[in-house]
Amino acid sequence: MKKASILSMASALVLSVAPAMAQKTASQGIDEYRAMLADGNPSELFEAKGEDLWKKVRGPKNASLEKCDLGQGPGVLKGVFTTLPRYFADTQRMQDLESRLVTCMENLQGFSANEISNTPYGRGEMANVTALATWVASESKGLKFNLSQAHQQEKTFYEVGKRLFFQRGGPHDFSCASCHGEEGKRIRLQDLPVLTQNPGDGLGFAAWPAYRVSNGQMWSMQLRLNDCYRQQRFPYPGFASEATIALATYLGVNAKGAVSIAPAIKR
Amino acid sequence: MQTRRETLKHSAVVAGLLASAGFPQFAHAAFNKAAFDAKTVQDATKAVGASSMAESKDVTITGPDIAENGAVVPLGASTSLPGVKQLLILVEKNPSTLVAMFYVSDAVEANFATRAKMGQSSDVYAVAIMNDGKALWAKKEVKVTLGGCGG
Amino acid sequence: MADPMRIRAQAAGDKATVRVLMSHEMESGQRKDAAGKTVPAWFIQEVTASLNGKPVLAAEWGPAVSKNPFLQFAVKGAKAGDKIAVTWKDNKGDTRTDEATVS
Repeated sequence: MKKASILSMASALVLSVAPAMAQKTASQGIDEYRAMLADGNPSELFEAKGEDLWKKVRGPKNASLEKCDLGQGPGVLKGVFTTLPRYFADTQRMQDLESRLVTCMENLQGFSANEISNTPYGRGEMANVTALATWVASESKGLKFNLSQAHQQEKTFYEVGKRLFFQRGGPHDFSCASCHGEEGKRIRLQDLPVLTQNPGDGLGFAAWPAYRVSNGQMWSMQLRLNDCYRQQRFPYPGFASEATIALATYLGVNAKGAVSIAPAIKR
Repeated sequence: MQTRRETLKHSAVVAGLLASAGFPQFAHAAFNKAAFDAKTVQDATKAVGASSMAESKDVTITGPDIAENGAVVPLGASTSLPGVKQLLILVEKNPSTLVAMFYVSDAVEANFATRAKMGQSSDVYAVAIMNDGKALWAKKEVKVTLGGCGG
Repeated sequence: MADPMRIRAQAAGDKATVRVLMSHEMESGQRKDAAGKTVPAWFIQEVTASLNGKPVLAAEWGPAVSKNPFLQFAVKGAKAGDKIAVTWKDNKGDTRTDEATVS
């Protein structure tokens, strides 16, 4: 009697351990897949393009962008990505990376900021802005986000961004918080980071610009926000509109201390 | 379907191109349309001129168990065997099964990796075409959550 | 003129591992556009590579290789300072060659 019960206990233990060891969860499988793609990220192609555009003499004014001030002085690239959006004294407004690049393209090179802003993503000068943003982001890869909240505008935009984050609307009555306001949410196999707090290294704000393998496109933060609104069935926000900069400020300040992995690779 | 005579003729053409292309150690023929149009692993292997097919533990196919998106699936083919002429990567259920064909010379390792589009979950194959015409293969299953052919 | 490739070649022991990223649409010929018309196939068909001018790699690709293709291979006997050149040719006849130094 005793022998039989020991045997059955032993076999029960074996049976309970074996499945856990043999089965890989879908989540682990996806992590492995992402790790396989990490080396050889096609965003490097856009980094190279952006670097080239930064140094190239272009536009009606025949100048390069090498004197562009992204917040830490003309031409300073290292460490600027993780401080944006921020207040700029010369334009007297809050600007994110892309709007600041357009400012430089207008002031230094003579391009029309208005025209660029109205060019569809992936085309013409807008594609160049994306490439430039990819390049600038790469110069801060591995650094921690550290947006300033010193200026009054920076504080105001944070608060506006927070309210926009929770604002429900559109035919589905969605807000950003519908997807990004609670733990444990996902869309298909994509885990959605909670963006009302610091989501951690390389997540959320810390992962864009990113190359999206599903459509083979390089996506900047502006396009990411634009597409979030599209998914919520809201009207599209204007390029570098105050709403998008306010949201980016909210997300960026919340990500304080998170390590930037931009430019990243995404589904 | 290729007859034996056509296969031999193709080999002769390949040999001729071999001599003229200046790559003495491995064939670098014109684009093998028949192989890339083939709908099955067997047809693709035949179109490359293989005489027989056998599974082999000495051929390795690497890839993820599950791909988040079928547009970009990292796949690798390698073998430790000497006397390999070509290494092929195939996706069984793709509209055309052959993804890529690598010519193995003395100057490179028989170990190649690239990324492929997969239309759906499927077995993927690495096939080593040996100098004696035999085809040795290995396969694994890759699950795809969103197909990558139609955009 | 197509966009440049990114080539990284790293020597380790008696070989160099070469990783290449190419800029190309790799249109499969399976996709339909908004009007319902099939987008014609446009893809890299041939890839070759050389070490200090000597051919070491030849490959044929089909349209199933992913957009902005990645390629990894290992060249025997390559050491730091050697030159790796990679060339691709697509089904429209367009071609591109880029070079990198083994580090």
